[in-house]
Amino acid sequence: MTGAMDLPPKGGFSYDYCRRNAMLADKGLKMPGFLKTGTTIVGLVFQDGVVLGADTRATEGPIVADKNCEKIHFMAPNIYCCGAGTAADTEAVTDMVSSQLQLHRYATGRESRVVTALTLLKSHLFSYQGHVSAALVLGGVDVTGPHLHTVYPHGSTDTLPFATMGSGSLAAMSVFESQYKEGLTREEGIKLVADAIRAGIFNDLGSGSNVDVCVITKGKTEYLRNHQLPNPRTYASSKGYSFTKGQTEVLYTKITQLKPKVEVTEGDAMEE
Amino acid sequence: MSRRGDWVYENNGGTCVAIAGADYCVVAADTRLSVGYNILTRDHSKICELADKCVLASSGFQGDIKALHKNLAARELLYQHQHNKRMSCPAMAQLLSNTLYYKRFFPYYAFNVLGGLDSEGKGCVFTYDAVGSYERTGYSTQGTGSSLIMPVLDNQLKSPSPLLLPAKDAVTPLSESEAVDLVKDVFASATERDIYTGDKLEIVVINKAGMKREYIDLRKD
Repeated sequence: MTGAMDLPPKGGFSYDYCRRNAMLADKGLKMPGFLKTGTTIVGLVFQDGVVLGADTRATEGPIVADKNCEKIHFMAPNIYCCGAGTAADTEAVTDMVSSQLQLHRYATGRESRVVTALTLLKSHLFSYQGHVSAALVLGGVDVTGPHLHTVYPHGSTDTLPFATMGSGSLAAMSVFESQYKEGLTREEGIKLVADAIRAGIFNDLGSGSNVDVCVITKGKTEYLRNHQLPNPRTYASSKGYSFTKGQTEVLYTKITQLKPKVEVTEGDAMEE
Repeated sequence: MSRRGDWVYENNGGTCVAIAGADYCVVAADTRLSVGYNILTRDHSKICELADKCVLASSGFQGDIKALHKNLAARELLYQHQHNKRMSCPAMAQLLSNTLYYKRFFPYYAFNVLGGLDSEGKGCVFTYDAVGSYERTGYSTQGTGSSLIMPVLDNQLKSPSPLLLPAKDAVTPLSESEAVDLVKDVFASATERDIYTGDKLEIVVINKAGMKREYIDLRKD
């Protein structure tokens, strides 16, 4: 390899393509869209800790891109985070803060606290002035007790006993506002979260498919993936489909023999 | 969401399909009415019976669709009074095209599929754009789920090219029950991936004996 390739990349944003992209956009090229998660995400505080919930539909405009994606992200063994907004942003920001928390645990020798995750998330999002489109419901239980927070794309946060985010947040909040009370039991908490997510799934077009739930208590976390599956496919043809040769018309066939064009010789193995 | 003060249309979503057979025609549409990310109703019919062997399915802006269906039904009634017989499907096809083009510079935001039996009793399907361009085909779809459904119908109901001579029949050789089965399967698939399609499927089958209506449930999320 030549000398120009020896230097490792310096890191940070590479501006190499900016001029080309601007030129292409002027010429009429449509930039690829972002995958948004539509979404209904919720969290509530109950007797022994917090319960988080999320739907599983990811949309690209009017089309469902993923029917069963995971919106409840791992932050620490005792802290989980639901994400709404641009899927890449929620994924990237939760992964990043999760790694930072792990390093912090090694440095301090202690269990992570929810406010630590909160501060890391809000400072990151604020510094990007809302361009990182991640709306999060952060919940967990640490030495100071159970905590539930919402984080907005511009970096503001709220501390709440129950919270909803995403396009289905109004549908879910209507369920919480009518039925939430302090000191819910585990079963009541899970049922209320599932009811709120289902309200989003059925009444919001940006949310759908299944209900994911995560229950966090002191010393124990249960991630109930696909806790409810209220949307099975309604009809499947028993006949099935066969795609036989000839069903798609072949208009033109050309076979090029490669052997006469390529020379096979003995040689040394490639160097690293 | 748009800042223009003069945008008078809105898309209420939904999908319509029609398939023509040798002696039947299947016309189907979902029953979901939506606006933005909200559902207005799960039980709204997009299908209008215009004559005894002629059915229109429309998706798009329901305000314009209701007006269009009312207009056509009134014209059909006038035809009945003047000619002492019901309008045939090809005649209605032409009338619909003219009605749509009449509003060429303030169109009906309606994407239509007309299905029925022609004067010989063979299935016929006519497909339209918003301003009245139409064509008789063996099958068609319109609406938000149409790009998901059309390739499947193209594969399963392959129509011979209309440019071939001698002219080949465009109607499918499938039986009535096979066509209905295909329509149900194809809608269930479109519902999985299109957020605006779902709730219930209304299927109307027209044959020599008359018109039959069937409903099946679709995903409600």
